[in-house]
Amino acid sequence: MTNHEIRVGVFVCDCGLNISGFLDTEDLRSYAETLPHVVVAVRNRYSCADPGQEEIKAHILESRLNRVVVASCSPRLHEPTFRQCVSEAGLNPYLLEMANIRELCSWVHGDNRGLATAKAKDTVKMAAARAVLLQAGIEERVPITDAVLVVGGGVAGIQASLDLADAGHQVYLVEKHPTIGGTMAQLDKTFPTMDCSI
Amino acid sequence: MTDVGRHPRIELMTLSEVEKVSGYIGNFRAQVRQKARYVFAKDCTSCDKCAEVCPVVLPDEYQQGFSSRKAVYKPYPQAVPSSYLIDMEHCLGNNPVACTKCVDACEKDCIDLNMEDKLISLDVGTIIVATGMEIYDPTPLDEYGYTSLENVVTSMEFERLICGSGPTGGHLVRPSDRRSPKRIGFIQCVGSRSENRGNPYCSNVCCMNTVKDTLLIKEHYPDAEIFVFYTDLRAFGKGFEDMLKRSKLAGVHYIRGFPGEVKQDSATGNLRVRVENTSSARIEDYDLDMLVLAVGLIPNPDLKKLASLLNLSQTSDGFVMESHPKLKPVDAPTPGIFFAGCIESPKDVKDSVTQAGAAAARASILLSAGSITSQAIKAVPDLTKCNSCGICARVCPYGAISIDLKAKNGVQVVAAACAGCGTCASECRFAAIIMEHFTDAQIKAQIRAALEEKPEEKVVAFLCNWCSYAGGDLAGVSRLRYPATTRFIRVMCSGRVSEDFVLTAFEQGAPVVLVSGCHINDCHYIDANRWTVRRMDKLWDKLEKFGIRPERLQLEWISSAEGGRFAEVMRVLEDLRSRVTPAEIEHTRRVLSENRAARETAMVPIEEQLAR
Repeated sequence: MTNHEIRVGVFVCDCGLNISGFLDTEDLRSYAETLPHVVVAVRNRYSCADPGQEEIKAHILESRLNRVVVASCSPRLHEPTFRQCVSEAGLNPYLLEMANIRELCSWVHGDNRGLATAKAKDTVKMAAARAVLLQAGIEERVPITDAVLVVGGGVAGIQASLDLADAGHQVYLVEKHPTIGGTMAQLDKTFPTMDCSI
Repeated sequence: MTDVGRHPRIELMTLSEVEKVSGYIGNFRAQVRQKARYVFAKDCTSCDKCAEVCPVVLPDEYQQGFSSRKAVYKPYPQAVPSSYLIDMEHCLGNNPVACTKCVDACEKDCIDLNMEDKLISLDVGTIIVATGMEIYDPTPLDEYGYTSLENVVTSMEFERLICGSGPTGGHLVRPSDRRSPKRIGFIQCVGSRSENRGNPYCSNVCCMNTVKDTLLIKEHYPDAEIFVFYTDLRAFGKGFEDMLKRSKLAGVHYIRGFPGEVKQDSATGNLRVRVENTSSARIEDYDLDMLVLAVGLIPNPDLKKLASLLNLSQTSDGFVMESHPKLKPVDAPTPGIFFAGCIESPKDVKDSVTQAGAAAARASILLSAGSITSQAIKAVPDLTKCNSCGICARVCPYGAISIDLKAKNGVQVVAAACAGCGTCASECRFAAIIMEHFTDAQIKAQIRAALEEKPEEKVVAFLCNWCSYAGGDLAGVSRLRYPATTRFIRVMCSGRVSEDFVLTAFEQGAPVVLVSGCHINDCHYIDANRWTVRRMDKLWDKLEKFGIRPERLQLEWISSAEGGRFAEVMRVLEDLRSRVTPAEIEHTRRVLSENRAARETAMVPIEEQLAR
């Protein structure tokens, strides 16, 4: 990989006005172009939407990108989205890095456009520096035991157990009390239908 | 309920509690303790002969103490499993003068006073947690007279008094003289929506439960006069407003205002409540025969224990925190675990059933798939550097690393068991563990990039993915404000933050460094953050030796539910940063760069790491 030319693409998301309303995304985009190994920097209106993802995929192919930085929202929200997106363009999903310029930036620094933009620039710079060193990851298949443990036998636990058992899965329903039924079994009638609870 | 008892694919374990959970999504192992029932449930025919002879009389919990049961009993006629059990705490059978009357009376011989608890081990792919809630105990709000006045009852007690299977066969009577009450009052929001007393949140169900109760009373006793004292009526669900209208049409009086006091006429047991009616702007007195407190719902008191077993976070009100409040409302932050019902927040039967269906579908998606792909974030040993000291094996929370200390032939990592916290890589002094996707080189590149320009203006903050980073996300979603000086570096666990990362940040000119993780006992990697604590303790000593103020390194636990605290911590960091002088930063840079060679003697050069 070291002899391979590193080609990073940076995609800056406006997120409508969620990001571009509070920091200068065009300034951020042109700054990203100056970072080491960055060969292309593009602004998306919504990176996560289909047109945004198509744009990312097109640039991966066109500019022969082998690292992608998406500067948008939290990776806890959309990392799976963009990992899927880059892999559809033939890149290993672990060659994606996200720069969170929304939850950790635009949404909390809406009172100062200059500082928010400066912080977003650092955030993208850090992400790009990390992206350069990213390596393809190999995911392993982990088997799933076809059984479920349901803790609590009130109306919710009962319903979940029946649904899963009817779907063909083995269910272990664990209830602390001597009977299932929970709080609902103590009610006379239930609203809004006024029918019996048991 | 009975469907559960006879479903071929449901194994029902009552009187049972989960004691231990290990493993990960798809491969959990739970240890369940099934307490002795002392009655063979399969053989019991519910003939009641045991209870007939049992000499011990106790209050019946199901009937809210309005009637009695024996020490050998069935919780209620429709109980599932349909079997008696012995309340061994009160049974005389264990005493020196053994009673054993029930054993003699049982024709099926299905009572065994020597039955023992069973420990059951279960292998499951997913877990659904549906442990519900508890009813608020109004004892602290004693101006309503709950503890002193007999005719003041909770809404749950009222439920038993009007229920056909209740102690009075559905004939509504008041406790003091068993007379049918003619004038009944309801007080709403008892234990709910108060910052000072009870709980700050709305309990969701009490308004509609009271509306339902008023209709039930009117159905049974059309002449009864009913007064509902409230501040807001929340009838927001489908068909709810219609029910409220029906109640009003039936003649129920809705009075906007809470009673300030409740007095009892000791001769008659009748009650007088004094209310400031905010609609008429008058102080009004109401004479009542009986008063019902519409009590709220509180988190199950056992939730804390379960939360620590399953790595669940609780919100400030004590209910569980979901993975994402909007997009993953039934997912726990720990993959493979889902919520259903009131464990997540107070809700009515319909919402509980809806959520249970959602949780079942989410679990079923995984179970039907049969397998999932694991993340490629895991520890890989570099045997060319490993000197077989074994420290990594000692710190791994999952026991995923093994080593033969005698053979000294390097460590082995079981990839499937490695969860990717990175504690081993942080503790290894020989850079012999590569933490894939969170390598030393990758993280140091972020530190350098953050501090390349004007480092004195920045705080470097390492956030664990599961709690602190999620707390930061919540601060953003909540549009909180905090200073824009912090530069965040996400790691999977605070256990990944090595001494080297912190010192690198200081050497690069950072005035303040934060290491932040899940609260102790809430760590998503069992207890990896305990190693974070040890490491930070050592680091503070080290900083002091270098003449660096230890308070420039901060350690904070921030949960995914603590957006407000996250913002507060950021403000504190900025305050700290603003008080670090340029001379201090200069000194730090100098002393750490002089010391770097010594720190790196056993380590590979940065360039070599970068190349990996």
